[in-house]
Amino acid sequence: MITLHINGQMRQFPAVMNLAEFLESLELSGKRIAVEKNGEIVPKSQYLVTPVNDGDQLEIVVAVGGG
Amino acid sequence: MDTLVIAGRSYDSRLLVGTGKYQNFAQTRAAIDASGAEIVTVAIRRTNIGQDPNQPSLLDALPPSRFTYLPNTAGCYTADDAIRTLRLARELLDGHDLVKLEVLGDPQSLYPNVVETIKAAEVLVKEGFKVMVYTSDDPIIAKQLEDIGCVAVMPLASLIGSGMGILNPWNLQIILSRLNVPVIVDAGVGTASDAAIAMELGCAAVLMNTAIAGAANPILMASAMKKAVEAGREAYLAGRMPKKAYQASPSSPTSGIIGS
Repeated sequence: MITLHINGQMRQFPAVMNLAEFLESLELSGKRIAVEKNGEIVPKSQYLVTPVNDGDQLEIVVAVGGG
Repeated sequence: MDTLVIAGRSYDSRLLVGTGKYQNFAQTRAAIDASGAEIVTVAIRRTNIGQDPNQPSLLDALPPSRFTYLPNTAGCYTADDAIRTLRLARELLDGHDLVKLEVLGDPQSLYPNVVETIKAAEVLVKEGFKVMVYTSDDPIIAKQLEDIGCVAVMPLASLIGSGMGILNPWNLQIILSRLNVPVIVDAGVGTASDAAIAMELGCAAVLMNTAIAGAANPILMASAMKKAVEAGREAYLAGRMPKKAYQASPSSPTSGIIGS
């Protein structure tokens, strides 16, 4: 298991090979999202080659209604 | 054809609308269709991890292929947070770079913090964003934001969500007389006449959310706003008659009156 700071919460997840696999486990693959890892934006094209390690800080955002 | 041009792109509608505070996505879509708006603002927020990822999303209700999304920085109180939010928005929307910058001062007034707004605008413009910027009705700040390279300057009419209408038309007129980029009234519009007044003053467009979403019948109000913006624009282009205080002028012929 790895512990991630994800969207402001500390949570445990099974270890994964990369960000693409992690998003798949959250059923977020193919969704309109954007991901920031440790303060840096991860382009969609980099999901497969971006590792997700214990202690990483992730922000995953979506578009919602707003003015 | 009288179109609104922002960052080189033309729009038929001069009404921009927010997508917040509706009861559901169906109502959001119906109201936006009734408004005729082509540009819609959206907020960027954390996903709820663990929530059903297949529930409907705003992007399903308002396909980005049909509407121009204007991601905002609502809720940001520092330049850094606003910049970070819009970088995420650009990634989220596949490189889309037209954005609404707002950096707020405090949660009670939601008044813009113009110092942080200017800082953020400088960075975002350098990074290639096309920045439409929410600001106060201070003409000096408005001009500075134009000089930085913002593609539209959007002064408030009154506080966000207050529905108080246009409190200082004189300041808006000073801003309108000095800026070349589109000046768009953003925030404070309460009803159709407020939108018409903004357009009669010469604003390029009006941006609103609560005035529509907070109406008892949002879809009918959206339709009213569409007409008000169009009417105000036509009145502006037509050029109103001069005001003549204390001196009436009859509309009917003064000759040929019976008994004369």
